[in-house]
Amino acid sequence: MEVESARPITGRATPRSERAIGAFMFACAALSIFTTAGIIAVLAIETVAFFSEVGIGRFFFDSEWTPLFADKHFGIWPLIAGTLLTTGIAALVAVPFGLLAAIYLSEFASHRARATLKPMLEVLAGVPTIVYGYFALVFVTPALQAVIPGLAGFNAVSPGLVMGIMIIPMVSSLSEDALHAVSDSLREGAYALGARRLPTIFRVVLPAAMSGIAASLVLAISRAIGETMIVAIAAGQQPRLTLDPRVPIETMTAYIVQVSMGDTPAGTIEYRTIFAVGSTLFLFTFVMNVFGQRLARRYRSH
Amino acid sequence: MATSLTDGRSRGATRPRAERLFRALCLAAVIIPLLILVILVGDVLVRGVGRLDWAFITSLPSRKAALAGILPALVGSLYLIALTAIIAVPIGVGAAIYLEEYGHDSRAARLIELNIANLAGVPSVIYGLLGLELFVRTLGMGRSLLAGACTLALLVLPIVILSSREALRTVPKGLREGAYALGATHWQSIRRVVLPMALPGILTGTILAVSRAIGETAPLIVVGALAYVTFLPQSPMSPFTALPIQIFNWVSRPQEAFLTNAAAGIVVLLVTLLTLNSVAVGIRNRFQRRLR
Repeated sequence: MEVESARPITGRATPRSERAIGAFMFACAALSIFTTAGIIAVLAIETVAFFSEVGIGRFFFDSEWTPLFADKHFGIWPLIAGTLLTTGIAALVAVPFGLLAAIYLSEFASHRARATLKPMLEVLAGVPTIVYGYFALVFVTPALQAVIPGLAGFNAVSPGLVMGIMIIPMVSSLSEDALHAVSDSLREGAYALGARRLPTIFRVVLPAAMSGIAASLVLAISRAIGETMIVAIAAGQQPRLTLDPRVPIETMTAYIVQVSMGDTPAGTIEYRTIFAVGSTLFLFTFVMNVFGQRLARRYRSH
Repeated sequence: MATSLTDGRSRGATRPRAERLFRALCLAAVIIPLLILVILVGDVLVRGVGRLDWAFITSLPSRKAALAGILPALVGSLYLIALTAIIAVPIGVGAAIYLEEYGHDSRAARLIELNIANLAGVPSVIYGLLGLELFVRTLGMGRSLLAGACTLALLVLPIVILSSREALRTVPKGLREGAYALGATHWQSIRRVVLPMALPGILTGTILAVSRAIGETAPLIVVGALAYVTFLPQSPMSPFTALPIQIFNWVSRPQEAFLTNAAAGIVVLLVTLLTLNSVAVGIRNRFQRRLR
């Protein structure tokens, strides 16, 4: 039975100072709405200015991206290809490692082992990305060059792999939460029917946690798409429409950094390109985040 | 699972081979990333520690790798973190109080919640673009420490709000009701009962959240942190550099000696980060003891 709990004074009896404080707290919270609105407005205004000068066709139907050269081309595809290439390599690392780690933590590890190993894995996500960038360039690339013939000093594979390691905890933590939330009675039911451990995990536990696992994958991949410093340091700055992971490429994020390192005056077309690229990047990550959060909500509501 | 009665696990030799193999594979997926982390830190230490000395910490940058130091970057980073905290913590805690104590399940609160979750997923480089247009240009702050700190504050705000809310949620409902029953107004109960109880959690969470900002590089590059600064910032309106920017500058050079500088810079960055994190944990432990 629900008992009506004590409530603070509300309505017209509320002292004026109380109402002012409440309004201040609301303003703090509402600032987040203004942040979103600000991001969208800034990107939209500069992107519209960009398109009024360049034209949508040259953005979508050109296979070269050379806005900083004398012979300017504004085809976005090389930057998108670079982004998807590094992100794809990162996913190849993070998905299997993250999922298997989540299964270990949830299904095999003792409570104590889980309590130590989970935070240790999460340290991986707390290392500043500039450190990963250094690691990719100075350690991973030379190591890979010993194995892969024809690997350039700047390439997609090395930052992709390192980015994959960085997002492992994003996959493993959220997936582990989802696996852990699966009711024990489901496992016990499977055991009672004579199922062994592995069939129970694959046929009962994993399917029950599927929406949470899918959410973790989508959110982790979105993070890789927006990751900047690792690719800016180790992938090179050559926009190239290729799926060859051995040659220098450029991602959307790395292009924004490249232009920002130079002194590009506001109002020029070069300046506006970073907002046009930023809008494209924002659209990619926004769609994935909304989708990922929807999946995450679905598993929480179970 | 420890609580299950009919635990399907079969011990020792009777455990099927496939299960043992799979279990080993899963364990490897935990161990290998941790090993890579060890290699990463080890590689940085091996390269960097030899270069670290007092002169490196207290010198200005230089075109000669052996003379270059990290002082303006270190000071810039500390200023940035302090300013970011001053801006982000009150706003973040205020927003958390609204969502936990005032908003309840109102439509506005739900909309704000959804929005914060989305903001947490926006790439940091996009915040840089917002800071460039809004703070640097429209509000006329120029490429200053203040513009950088405002940008970083917006970036860490979702995490500050999230961790503050978690701390507020640990305060038992009965305590609030007790305060109301004694005639406290809404704010009095928050100010005298809820906040003191939640404070250690809020402090720990916000320090951890703000300390993340010290490693942020991309948004600062976009708002225009300088790569080569031979002076210390004098005021919030000064041009500035920061540790990760200085490291990026050194990593981008082909000479081996600058890579060594970068490794030494990374050691300084990681030590600063660890110090902030241990302060956060220390605060939590201390307050927790006092409250008991």
